[in-house]
Amino acid sequence: MKVRRPSNLRPDSWRCGRSAGLAPLLIGVGVFAACLSLATAEEPSEADAGEAAGATSAAASGSPDKRERYRAGDPAERFPQVALINKYIRQGWTDEEITPSPPATEGEWCRRIYLDVLGRIPSVEELEEFEKSRAPDKRMRLVDDLLGAKYLDEYTRNATTLWTNLLIGRSGGNENNTLTNRAGMRQYLRETFRENKPYDRMVHEIVSARGVNKPGEENFNGAVNFLTMKLAEDGVLATSRTSELFMGIRVQCTQCHDHPFNSWKQDQFWKMNAFFRQAVALRRFGGGQNVQFVELANQDFGGEGNTPEEAEIYYEPRDRILRVAYPEFTDYDGTVHEIERSGYISDVDRRQELAKLIVKSGYLPRAMVNRVWAHYLGYGFTKPINDMGPHNPPSHPELLDQLAAAFRESGYDIKQLTRWIVLSEPYSLSSKFGDGNRQDDPTMGETPLFSRFYLRQMRAEELYESLLVATEAHKTRGSAEEQQKAKEMWLQQFVIAFGTDENDETTTFDGTIAQTLMMFNGDLIKQATSTEEGSFLYRVATNPRLRGTKKINYLYKAALARTPTSRERRLMTKVLGSRPGQTDAIRDVWWVLLNTNEFILNH
Amino acid sequence: MGKRSQGNRMTRRHFTEHLMGAAAMAIPAMTFTRSLRANAAELKKNERSCILLWMSGGPATIDIWDLKPGSVNGGPFQPIATTGEGQISEHMPQTAQLMKHLSIVRSMSTREADHGRGRYYMHTGYVPNPTIDHPSYGSVVAQQLGDQRESLEIPPFVAIGGSSVGPGFLGMSYAPFVVNSQGRIQDLKLGIEASRAASRMQLLNALEKRFIEEDRGLAASEHAKVLRKTQDLMTSKQMDAFRVEQEPAEVRERYGNTNFGRGCLMARRLVEVGVPFVEVDFGGWDTHSNNFATLQNNRLPQLDQGMSALVADLEQRGMLGNTAILWMGEFGRTPNINGNTGRDHWARSWSVVAGGAGFAGGKVIGETNADGTAVETEPYTSEDLLATTLSALGISLDSRFTSRSGRPMKIANGGRLIKGLLANA
Repeated sequence: MKVRRPSNLRPDSWRCGRSAGLAPLLIGVGVFAACLSLATAEEPSEADAGEAAGATSAAASGSPDKRERYRAGDPAERFPQVALINKYIRQGWTDEEITPSPPATEGEWCRRIYLDVLGRIPSVEELEEFEKSRAPDKRMRLVDDLLGAKYLDEYTRNATTLWTNLLIGRSGGNENNTLTNRAGMRQYLRETFRENKPYDRMVHEIVSARGVNKPGEENFNGAVNFLTMKLAEDGVLATSRTSELFMGIRVQCTQCHDHPFNSWKQDQFWKMNAFFRQAVALRRFGGGQNVQFVELANQDFGGEGNTPEEAEIYYEPRDRILRVAYPEFTDYDGTVHEIERSGYISDVDRRQELAKLIVKSGYLPRAMVNRVWAHYLGYGFTKPINDMGPHNPPSHPELLDQLAAAFRESGYDIKQLTRWIVLSEPYSLSSKFGDGNRQDDPTMGETPLFSRFYLRQMRAEELYESLLVATEAHKTRGSAEEQQKAKEMWLQQFVIAFGTDENDETTTFDGTIAQTLMMFNGDLIKQATSTEEGSFLYRVATNPRLRGTKKINYLYKAALARTPTSRERRLMTKVLGSRPGQTDAIRDVWWVLLNTNEFILNH
Repeated sequence: MGKRSQGNRMTRRHFTEHLMGAAAMAIPAMTFTRSLRANAAELKKNERSCILLWMSGGPATIDIWDLKPGSVNGGPFQPIATTGEGQISEHMPQTAQLMKHLSIVRSMSTREADHGRGRYYMHTGYVPNPTIDHPSYGSVVAQQLGDQRESLEIPPFVAIGGSSVGPGFLGMSYAPFVVNSQGRIQDLKLGIEASRAASRMQLLNALEKRFIEEDRGLAASEHAKVLRKTQDLMTSKQMDAFRVEQEPAEVRERYGNTNFGRGCLMARRLVEVGVPFVEVDFGGWDTHSNNFATLQNNRLPQLDQGMSALVADLEQRGMLGNTAILWMGEFGRTPNINGNTGRDHWARSWSVVAGGAGFAGGKVIGETNADGTAVETEPYTSEDLLATTLSALGISLDSRFTSRSGRPMKIANGGRLIKGLLANA
């Protein structure tokens, strides 16, 4: 076994904060202080790293000011991982000589965290409850609520949606002759996120899964749906998607040849691919031609040379001299792991071995941290996030390394990772440019410095859920299954599949005319702006407690999580006053609010 | 963005806003604007347009435009004579009759053989770059030609049956308008009277402005631009161009009752109303297995019918001189035939086809070696093809974009003209 260690890798990772729940208690403990000071000692710029580290050592020495801040709800005092994020992100600001934007308003922060964690905007009641709270640590409390029992269903729904799209795409399960069962995939993910299953266990289960893809059938295992339709053409797609999603390396192009910009070589692609060659997706037919369900199983693999005791595969480099490959895994640090070459499942289950190697690898936490970071901050440490090789260095390498180590040491606790990120300083900033960070604009090709919150479009799913909440339609929804069906039908209008062997797809829900037409005239908007008896607008219009400007305030909070400016209030009052007693005017106001940039953009 | 177009847009926008202000007097503002614009001088005479036939998946050009009979790589297809210089596949008989209008470039040599990267590279002239999104053909042409077309009320870049590649740093107002080949556009009608619609729009524009002025980044102003384009399109008669079913039955039959055929016909209708760039997506070329049967029985008959109908129709209508046609995919396919009688991804030596507008017709440019594995003449890249196409459309290669970061960028990434591909060269 040879070991290559790239020089940019830290020899040792961050070893404190073993349990985030205990982290506050550890603050005064020497181990922690030593750890952090070790980290800062490596930094040339003592002055800036100071803020976070200095704060922590002051807390360690028990300074009353710092204890005050801890009680006052500074998340960096409670979670060393938050301090870590703040420290490195500030370091970037100092290095680039910029100052961050001011903090976002409470309403803005509240709106974005509901959107990002639950996949929908807050209701007026939720917003007001947060704004009214006098608790100094109210942000942490809200995060606890959103990640806790109170919102478990909605958190689970949103995480399930995100990961279903990642694992099988937006069109997965809707193709002609599909081998994917979307409901089965969702069911597995729902159970996974409901119990906050450790991420390494989830990946292990998905990569090594065996069983039937359809809920209700004997031997059901929804996790198999990730792979059932990726095994065609020798499992090329299984290989590339697994590497991309769980390891953050794009390898499609190395399938045919060594790529000049990719550190992975063609042989590595096929050695990885060899792990998938025992897997088969068996179609089980019901009556007639229709596939009733699919079973993902392992079978003895004879190898392409028909020598099952050494089941090899062949690939063809550009020199057209066939090469042989056996299952072999190269870790992030260059360590090469070989497994037994036999193709007999009684000797070795290749996917089991691969799953073990992936979850122990240095790739796993880095790729996931990058993904979760990008979800909350709008950009990852690399662009694209699934291409993290040495050819594409991250914007904040130390932070990525240390956050990855902290994530691993948390026991791959996705909710903890989420908590650290949403309580960090960069997540709390305004999306407005400040005086000192004009250059921090990734839409102009600049490397993100996270000195402000970057505007982004709601995803189609987020819009859908947000409209339900904004119009209180979520209170009168049908069964979970019916709701899901209606939503999936609506979503399909925005999906375009490319139909290539990479199985990729895109969405037109990205600020295009098609999206605007839907927002102007679509059925969903017609429903949302309906004034029929019992509808949201009907209730607002007829609510005796919402008189005059209160009505306008309420609509503004429902759509935009803020109250109108005085100019806006005048404009809106004029519209409402122009046709008194008519529901048309209130419909117009509501339609306009839902169609603004401020509504559709997460800011 | 060009100075001239900026000026035009401002005037038009102010004009529209004034009209909307008058909406209180119950003038159906949008309809009124429309008729004024429709009366604007018909400047279409020398307006050039481009139709890109995009072969998604990477077609085996060795079996279509550059056959190698007698080589082990040749496969079963035989070449036939054409009305142009070269021979093409026997399964493209109708197109063969029209090759005097089209030229083949047989010396494309590129380096991106992954679908995503190849799609990006062939659409933009740039390899994917983590820090910048480049505009695709359609967005570049939309910005260069579409902004000047005052009478154009529908999007200047339409992608039929696929999503193309986006506008990159040019911004969402140059994004492709994506439709399927049925041309059914959802949610086109607001369903309320015009004066009320106008007052909604007026209010909306006021709110949009406030959020933009808060200076939160481009997405806010991009949204407002797309709103305006959507408002334009909703009341436009030009939207009829999407309705291929309005064509006589014999015309529809000529193009073929397929998605690709309908897409080609729609492309012609869109060019007729002044759309400067239309992309028709035709997929299914990713023939890792069963290449020859797929091509012979399925892809090539549809391609031959749709493409030949388009060329002949444009010619008959006197539109070919102003309409460029470009045929390509993200790469070609391996000369080597694999164990599944398929061909894999191959970018090193392959072909594209171009004709109409400023392109020469009937030529064969460049050459590959006997077994198709290498280009023997001057190799050409995506940048070169982009530069040549823009020239064929009368767009100056001296044009510069200012990327959002203020960096000046050459319009076709410094591509060179492909020798012999332009009519006047």
